Amino acid sequence: MDVISQTIAWLTDQAHWQGSDGIPIRLLEHIELSVAAVLLAVLIGLPLGLAVGHTGRGGAIVMTISNLGRAIPSLAIIIACVPLGLGFRATLVALVLLAIPPIVTNAYAGIREVDRDLLEAARGMGLGGRQVLLRVEVPAGLPVILAGIRTSAVQVVATATLGAIVAGGGLGRYIVDGFALRDSPRIVAGAVLVAGLAILTELAFALLERVAVSPGLRLERRAGQGLEASEARQPA
Amino acid sequence: MIDVGWIAGHLGTIGGSAWEHVVLTVVAVGVGFAISLVLGLLASRLRWTYGPITAVTGLMYTIPSLALFAILVPYTGFSLLTAEIGLVSYTLLIITRNIVVGVDGVAPEIREAAAAMGLTRRQQLLRVELPLAVPVIMAGVRVATVTTIGLVTVTALIGQGGLGQQILLGYQLQFPTRFFVGVVGSVILAVGADLGLLRLQRWLTPWERAKVG
Repeated sequence: MDVISQTIAWLTDQAHWQGSDGIPIRLLEHIELSVAAVLLAVLIGLPLGLAVGHTGRGGAIVMTISNLGRAIPSLAIIIACVPLGLGFRATLVALVLLAIPPIVTNAYAGIREVDRDLLEAARGMGLGGRQVLLRVEVPAGLPVILAGIRTSAVQVVATATLGAIVAGGGLGRYIVDGFALRDSPRIVAGAVLVAGLAILTELAFALLERVAVSPGLRLERRAGQGLEASEARQPA
Repeated sequence: MIDVGWIAGHLGTIGGSAWEHVVLTVVAVGVGFAISLVLGLLASRLRWTYGPITAVTGLMYTIPSLALFAILVPYTGFSLLTAEIGLVSYTLLIITRNIVVGVDGVAPEIREAAAAMGLTRRQQLLRVELPLAVPVIMAGVRVATVTTIGLVTVTALIGQGGLGQQILLGYQLQFPTRFFVGVVGSVILAVGADLGLLRLQRWLTPWERAKVG
């Protein structure tokens, strides 16, 4: 039997859908970890990025840190977090650290790219600093801001897989355990599940972007560039 | 915490890992660049192919690296080939897109001038459009290279990995020195490669230098 049919057999085996190493539990662990990491990263990164973008101060520092962050392997960041507690804790902290830079840099870039004339018009209409930020800069910069969160989310789902190396749960378990056991169907099944989840995450955010972004902005973007979303993203 | 004696006594091992890291990266970016060049030129000639090319390379880009390596293992084993197939596939989206954007960015007047001087379509591409696109293309190559250097460490899980081996061994043997050697080494490689490619770009585009200087 070839690997593909073996993998299908593995995936459809009732035994692999039950218990603490079953697909539902592993999937839930993976999602739980990813959602927690992205939420924390948004809570920390978004206010920071908006503040830097709004005031225009600290932009160079933000960009430098995020570029340096790109050079540090995510595997190393996860392992470096192990002293904080094996498994979930280490992986969560590492994922938050990895997820913050794209959110901050895109929030910053999104706000900076807003047409200056628009801001002057807003100020001319008597809007204060906070109102300009919340009612003009954020809505106008939303596509880029959301692209940053999307980048982070996809990266988090992908990198959460590596948590299995430091005794974490999630779908990465099947791959890492499969490597150890030389169990090809288990390895491929895990890989297919992770890849599927990453692609679904990407699609979900594409949908969110469509719903959340003002139609006028979308048209303008389609005419212009449109692909900067993947610029900041790196595979994990 | 850092055992300097171990480092001094194992310079050969560390150098070997670093060399393996460099080779994995150079092959991946080199092959990735060659494929991207073909895809990029195809997309800029036949515009309708750009959508499908971006969709497929974008899909590869989204698949987590460990998953991609894992899918390949039953076919190509815990081998260099498995590592390279994965690494190459991650360079395609960035480099292809930057080639297309770079070539598209050449001003129409320049194209017209080139055509008026009697250059054939091929000469226009090789002598005018590609050279002028070098800064954008190199920006893509730099991002792809730095990303690849990071991803190489993940291939330690399939028995390759260069300095990633040191990172993983440091963890498995509970020996922080090896871990730090691996991390610092791969960061140095990433920063060094980025600066090196920037110099290469400056050297390839002397006219840009004149503009700034």
